[in-house]
Parts: sequence; structure tokens; C-alpha cells
Amino acid sequence: MAEKKELPKRTASEKADFKRELTEVVPHLRAFARGLCGRPDMADDLVQETMLKAWAAQDRFEPGTSMRAWTFVILRNAYLTDMRRNRFRGEYDEGVAERILTAPAGQEEPLHLSDMHRALLTLPPERREALLLVGAGGFSYEEAANICGCAVGTIKSRVGRARATLNSMLADGDIPRRSIDDDSAHRAILEELDDVAAGKGEAAAKA
Amino acid sequence: MPRNERENENERRAAKTTGDGASPEWADGLRHLYDAVVEEPLPDSFKDLLAKLDEDGDDVPPSKEGKRD
Repeated sequence: MAEKKELPKRTASEKADFKRELTEVVPHLRAFARGLCGRPDMADDLVQETMLKAWAAQDRFEPGTSMRAWTFVILRNAYLTDMRRNRFRGEYDEGVAERILTAPAGQEEPLHLSDMHRALLTLPPERREALLLVGAGGFSYEEAANICGCAVGTIKSRVGRARATLNSMLADGDIPRRSIDDDSAHRAILEELDDVAAGKGEAAAKA
Repeated sequence: MPRNERENENERRAAKTTGDGASPEWADGLRHLYDAVVEEPLPDSFKDLLAKLDEDGDDVPPSKEGKRD
């Protein structure tokens, strides 16, 4: 958010458009945040923080571009900041998984969802977010790279590694239960965050 | 939502069959987790916040950063 370009003041109708688009992406922000930090209450706090920041920065949004991608950049940066302050530890919430499990029908093996969510939360944050963006959010590799402020190849490799990890975890049923509460694991995550934060995804915010 | 969101939808479907070869069953689960949250009704706190954005007009408090903890 260090852009200093001259930006035209937004008209009332542009603001209304902005707000409508922002409103539309809120459910997606909640889904992304939930995948990132696991705890629904914290995820929702993160989304509200994101909404306020997006609203305050609306002059930097280019109408016609993807509001979802733009707000995801804000959300991930807020998440990274909060992670550093140790607010999130990727805690896993059994209750939510339970509710999600019983919600939609038509899934052959719904019970795997709970394992899946837990496995997801044990991934390093950079891989987790890459997988969430591409595998759940439906972003292309290019868009995900823009959001994360890194090269397309980097995203591809993060997604690839995330998939490989989940494949083996879920195949073996070997999902570390508390690995993210563990101190050394947590330190490792924070170290990785430095790399992730280095990209900050500002490319997309400027675009 | 802009047009490229729809293209993503296609890509997402394509990624299922191509991608890194196999599309393990958890891949559907992952999307399910995401979609389930997208479809949840929006809690009132979000509606309140959206409504407040209007009242405040231009000026949301300059920065929430820094004063958080």
C-alpha cells in the first residue's frame, strides 16, 4: 500500500458500485479467511478488518478489475501482520468441521472433510494460501501469483507441494494433531512468513 | 463479478481433470469447505459494518493499524 499515484476522487455512484462489489465478495473473504486461520471468529475479525481497509483504500481500486482478487490481497496482508503478532496459530475448530460435515449432501465420503481441514491447517502458510487460492477459490495460477506477489512458477510449486503433502497425509491418515501448537513448528511457520511477507502481493493491489 | 471470474470457473473445472495428474478426493473436499462458507448466511455484524460504511461517508477512521494492541 505504498502507492503514491495521483488518483481521481470517486463519485458517489462509483462509491456505490464499490460498496456493492465489496458486499458481493464478503462471503468469499470469509471463506478464504476461514481456510487461512481456521478459527471462524478470528477469520471473521480478519474479514471485517479487511473490509475497513478496503473501504479506506477504495481510491486505489480500479473499477472493472476483480474485487475479489483486490480484497484478497488486503486480507492476506492483514493476516500476515496478525500472524506475526501471534494472534493466530492456525487453530483447528472441531465444531466448525462438524457443522460443515453435516451441511451439504452428495459427498461420497464426507468424513474426510474433517481430516482435510486439519491437514490443511498443518501446511506452511504460503502453501496453504496457494492451495486455497487455486484449489478452493478457483483463481488461476497467474491470479494467485498476483495476489501473493510472487512468480507464477512459485505458486505452481507451492500448490504442487501442498498437494503432495495432503496426498500423503490423507492417504496414510497421518495428520499431525497439534503440530501447529508446537513451539518449534510455530517458529518455523513464522520464519516462512518472512518469505511470504516479502512478496506482500502489492503487485495486484497496484494493478 | 467480472468476466474472468467465470473463466476461473472453467479453469477450476479443468484443473480437476488435468492438474498434477490425479485429482484426489480431498480436492473436492477442499472446494466444499470453501463453498460451504461462501453459502453461509452473512452474520449481522457484517451487515452492520456495511451499513456503517455508508454513514461514515468518506472517512473511515484514518488507520486502524497501530492502535490495535
